[in-house]
Amino acid sequence: MHKQQQVEADRSTLAVSTMKQKRVLLRQYRWRQRVVLPYLFLAPFLLLFILFFILPLGYALGISLFADRLVGGTVFVGSQNYIQAFQDSSFWEGVRRMLLFMVVQVPVMLCLALIFALLLDSGVARLRTLFRLGFFLPYAIPSVISVLLWGYLYSPYFGPFAQLASSLHLPAPGFLTDSGMLASIGNIVTWQWTGYNMIILYAALQAIPPELYEAALVDGATEWKVARYIKIPLIAPALVLACVFSIIGSLQLFTEPQIMKTLAPDVIGDHYTPNFYAYNLAFTNQQYNYSATISFTLGAIVFVCSYIFMLATNRGRLR
Amino acid sequence: MAISVNTPVSTQAHKVRPSQNKRTRWTRQSLATVFLLVFLVYFLLPLFWLIVSATKTNPDLFTSFGLWFASDFNLFNNLGDLFTHDGGVFLTWLWNTAYYATCSAVGAALIATIAGYVFAKFRFPGRTLVFAIILGSIMVPSTALAIPTYLLLSKIGLVNTPLAVILPSLVSPFGVFLMRIYAEQAVPDELLDAARVDGAGETRVFWSVALRILVPGFVTVLLFSFVATWNNYFLPLLVLNDPTYYPLTLGLASWNAQASANGGAQLLFTLVLTGSLVSILPLIVAFLFLQRYWQGGLTLGSIRS
Repeated sequence: MHKQQQVEADRSTLAVSTMKQKRVLLRQYRWRQRVVLPYLFLAPFLLLFILFFILPLGYALGISLFADRLVGGTVFVGSQNYIQAFQDSSFWEGVRRMLLFMVVQVPVMLCLALIFALLLDSGVARLRTLFRLGFFLPYAIPSVISVLLWGYLYSPYFGPFAQLASSLHLPAPGFLTDSGMLASIGNIVTWQWTGYNMIILYAALQAIPPELYEAALVDGATEWKVARYIKIPLIAPALVLACVFSIIGSLQLFTEPQIMKTLAPDVIGDHYTPNFYAYNLAFTNQQYNYSATISFTLGAIVFVCSYIFMLATNRGRLR
Repeated sequence: MAISVNTPVSTQAHKVRPSQNKRTRWTRQSLATVFLLVFLVYFLLPLFWLIVSATKTNPDLFTSFGLWFASDFNLFNNLGDLFTHDGGVFLTWLWNTAYYATCSAVGAALIATIAGYVFAKFRFPGRTLVFAIILGSIMVPSTALAIPTYLLLSKIGLVNTPLAVILPSLVSPFGVFLMRIYAEQAVPDELLDAARVDGAGETRVFWSVALRILVPGFVTVLLFSFVATWNNYFLPLLVLNDPTYYPLTLGLASWNAQASANGGAQLLFTLVLTGSLVSILPLIVAFLFLQRYWQGGLTLGSIRS
């Protein structure tokens, strides 16, 4: 009797312990399924992301707090480089130039892209496939080659515009002069990116269900009114996205001034754009610490600009 | 009052509509088409100039009218010069570019596809936060990263090797974003569950079930990464200094700098132009044949933003 009880108790503890084991196993299995597995799958991306995104950012921030001294080597200087950057007129000249560039070039480019997209979407124009592909084509061309191409077109020696002007006994247009350079660069960027933005907006327009504006058209609304009151508000998110990418792109211009410098060395100084300035600081002057400070400050300015822009447009939409 | 005035006008408008409508429609169509044609000329003119210039000798480049062919058709000589100049270094650059772009594009697309799929189909702790960081990184200017990346790469001795170009190009946050949206839309949960019930492990579920459905998105990311690496200039400029590792963009820019420094006396200008033409042809062909994919990708990106 006593023995039997013992056996029974053993059995029940055994049962409990196997249940416990099972629960532990189940929990381990769930943990593996819910946590380990996804991160295992994500590992290649996360690893590279940390190596080539987080780490450089952190490193830039780190070395921007140090300075190379003739006496004493590399020393910790805290925020001194940033104070220097804030008082650096070369840096701010570039930033101001890029802000001016952004305020003019981005609206021109996006307005053109929007007009093209609306025309192609509404079906008023003929040869639509030709236009869509032709306008997009410059995007496929490396920016280096676009700059080279336009640089030659601008050339006062063998550029076709200068040739035309001289055949009409006019002075060659000053594309590469001090006053013309920023507009010339703006033209290159517009040429290269309008088609890309047009496709983004066109794709968003195509995704609008036609029922949303067919009724308005039947009621006699003009295409313009349909575009103004129905289509443009509906593609506002795509417009905001295009704006943000354009702001980011224009603030960090580099290839254009760097290549243009070979054609017009007197016009483009070493701090024509902030990014070009950071490059020259690092690779001409070997001032890596200060260059990192400039890079980091520029990154912060870009981030803040695009963030403010997104906040402003979001609030506008809620109202 | 307003109604009584309005009604007769609108019925009148209805009566005259057919013929007038056709005519205004025709006028509007023509106006819009002419407007777009003007801009088509603007977008294609530089390319036309490039084709014309690639057929000219260096003296003709300076003396003949830029927008039309010179009497001397010199394209084949230019191509010959292009591929033999400097010991055929152009061919090396072409090969380097293709190699960097292919490795980066295949790698970036595969990595982004896996990551996008995980973000779309798994619920795990940290998912929202990690994804938010990745999204935020799209807004950080890539060039602000390039100089620190160069400094780090030089610390570990990778500068001036192909890996210095390829490895950073494998990270495509926008690709992850795109693939997440694509996987959410294209891969049904039921299908994955069915495969799991049949006893397939998660790796198997991804490779043999999900990946097959994700191919169009994969090709889109592949195409965009390919173009980005093919066109990349800033990063190779920083991390490479041996011309035998140069991609086309860097090589052509270095020839241009030499040509400008010599006042265009050498035949380098024609080389830069012919080289530019040769190096954009593969991309133009790729874009014309893969239209479905890049348009699809941009559609996805814009709808969900």
